[in-house]
Amino acid sequence: MSSYLVLAGGLSPERDVSLRSGRRVAEALRTATGAEVIEADVDASLIEILHRHRPDCVIPVLHGAAGEDGALRDVLTSLNLPFVGATGAAARLAFDKPVAKTLLAKAGIASPAVLALPHATFRELGASGLLTGIREYLGLPIMVKPTSGGSALGASIVRSAEDFPSAMVGAFAYSEVAMMEQYIKGIEVAISVLETADGIIALPAVEIVPESGIYDYNSRYTAGTTEFFVPARLTPELTAECARIAILAHQELGLRDWSRTDLIIDETGTPWFLETNAAPGMTETSLYPQALHAAGLSLGDITATLVERAITRVTL
Amino acid sequence: MSGSRLDPWVDSYAQRTAGMQASEIRALFAVASRPEVVSLAGGMPFVQALNMEMMAATVSKLLMERGAIALQYGSGQGDVVLREQILDVMAEVKVIAHPDDIIVTTGSQMALDLVTRVFCDPGDVVLVEAPSYVGALGVFRAYECDVIHVAMDEEGLNPDALADAIAKLGAEGRKAKMIYTIPSFHNPAGITQSQERRTRILQIAKSAGILLLEDDPYGLLGFEGEPPAAIRSQDEEGVIYLGSFSKTIASGLRVGWAVAPHGVREKLVLAAESAVLCPSNYSQLTISEYLATQPWREQIKTYRELYRERRDALLDSLDQLMPAGTTWTKPAGGFYSWVTLPHGLDATAMLPRAVQQLVAYVPGTGFYVDGQGRQNMRLSYCYPDPERIREGVRRLAGVIEGELEIAATFGTSSALRNSSGTNVPAPDLA
Repeated sequence: MSSYLVLAGGLSPERDVSLRSGRRVAEALRTATGAEVIEADVDASLIEILHRHRPDCVIPVLHGAAGEDGALRDVLTSLNLPFVGATGAAARLAFDKPVAKTLLAKAGIASPAVLALPHATFRELGASGLLTGIREYLGLPIMVKPTSGGSALGASIVRSAEDFPSAMVGAFAYSEVAMMEQYIKGIEVAISVLETADGIIALPAVEIVPESGIYDYNSRYTAGTTEFFVPARLTPELTAECARIAILAHQELGLRDWSRTDLIIDETGTPWFLETNAAPGMTETSLYPQALHAAGLSLGDITATLVERAITRVTL
Repeated sequence: MSGSRLDPWVDSYAQRTAGMQASEIRALFAVASRPEVVSLAGGMPFVQALNMEMMAATVSKLLMERGAIALQYGSGQGDVVLREQILDVMAEVKVIAHPDDIIVTTGSQMALDLVTRVFCDPGDVVLVEAPSYVGALGVFRAYECDVIHVAMDEEGLNPDALADAIAKLGAEGRKAKMIYTIPSFHNPAGITQSQERRTRILQIAKSAGILLLEDDPYGLLGFEGEPPAAIRSQDEEGVIYLGSFSKTIASGLRVGWAVAPHGVREKLVLAAESAVLCPSNYSQLTISEYLATQPWREQIKTYRELYRERRDALLDSLDQLMPAGTTWTKPAGGFYSWVTLPHGLDATAMLPRAVQQLVAYVPGTGFYVDGQGRQNMRLSYCYPDPERIREGVRRLAGVIEGELEIAATFGTSSALRNSSGTNVPAPDLA
């Protein structure tokens, strides 16, 4: 019997989200394949577990550092184990949001202006003057967030000069480097991308309308607090453009199998690239499963397809 | 056109569920459960100190001899033999009662729920200490009470502040339904009321005609001298006393109790029957068998010595390592010390940094209903051993120093984020 290993948990602040995603993926894969599906955490016992079980394929469902930053994927590569999703190198590119934005901007995709600075720069040059300059450069409001990590942890919108310092402290609580991004008001959409032997496709766009107006941690993981429209209420032209951008992001960042790109569409109808996730969330309230459902696809079948693809990739 | 909110019942929930949301802070506690993290956050008793062979023998004897009773429904008021045995336990804190005055509950948490259900309508005022036990605040919120915090000082609930709060309410034409207090080894403040203080608080409550709800889960876990006499030892009619075996025997058995005046007790029994029919007979009889056959006073002594050693490790480490400007309470029993951070720091905002440095605590805001406590954190010493406690404090000191540096750079700490949701750990966090 085939044996697969779903990797979830880890020590990142998104551990809880990852565990929930992992359980859903594991259950769906079991149901779809009847295979043995082991769920494992990232801890000191992992290497021993991988050696002992020698799974036919690993499905990393890790969010945040050590999961999405590519490190664990490099470990799997070094063990010559097939795994679903991006390589370590590609995951690193996507994980660093300013880097990903730069790559997409080079490919001609609009992306909000961004500055990324470590705490040390503020300490050495003085925060007050720097923040004033940044405020004048980007204009209010400004989105402040850690350069890496997801689930909106450490992210906040700065609407006045007084809010700026505390927003920076909030971002630095999660990351050594914080990014300050031009805030684009508009429709939030997430485009899930699926790559199979038939090619790369964009699944139906998910439009996100949080009750609170901000798609923060509560809005993401409390069922009922956000309204989702799948497919998004966009014109056919805009739908196609969003799909094109998401597929382009998947390709430009060198991702594999699955990814999710988050965009904001401003009032002129321009989609702005925010970020791409190499390990999209798979919880009950996550966006990727909603897109799969809207496309008439099941998480289990798709994961099984990607598992086969990963095994073939290593065997070839 | 409407979309999906992923919950078909979202418009059907009661108003009181408004705060029941996912929380960034709770997500961080998920990391704290990992063994790499020194958790000074949870309040799990160190039940590993129990003699498990004795426990196994107790349970085995119970099932072999009285299994058909233990596994059956029981009385809504609780097993009568256990209620008699509870009298012996309460004698340690000088409470004298009759077995009929006692109702056994699923942990004292259920007693809290029943008392609030019986006394409080939506909008009724409950006076609580500042800070107060998060589990009680959750119950009061669930019954839509108007919770008002009353200041504490180094001797616990401040009587002058209590009198002021009652007078202020009176001036508004309002009267509190209850005063909720934890007089001994307070959770989270780690403070114990003196006997004089207890007498004064009781006098104030009685003269205002307000019921005193005394929560005493840690009363037998003092490190110095005799256990403090409970307020209930001074008055039978004006006090409802809550006790628990969770910290003295085993929290997993979920057995607590309330001692209440006759009229109140009748209502509590009816309320209990409608809530759970009866408390678990299996758990009650396990406790009863344990009390009858095992040296339970010795076990409590073992717990006391263990927790005293851990308290000492915490206080010594705090003394040696905490940055200037940090202060903390010095508990004479129980599980917790209450830390006040240097001016300008926010314990809630600092938690992600702490968890990434592999140490966890509970931010002070969880112990208030009104956003106070940003500068505070609760540290518990009940579960990690002394060496882990010292390592945890070492990491925490580094985190605070880092946060001071950030605050100095930006001239501020972070704004309070994520104020909604439940910002304290689930009960199973060590």
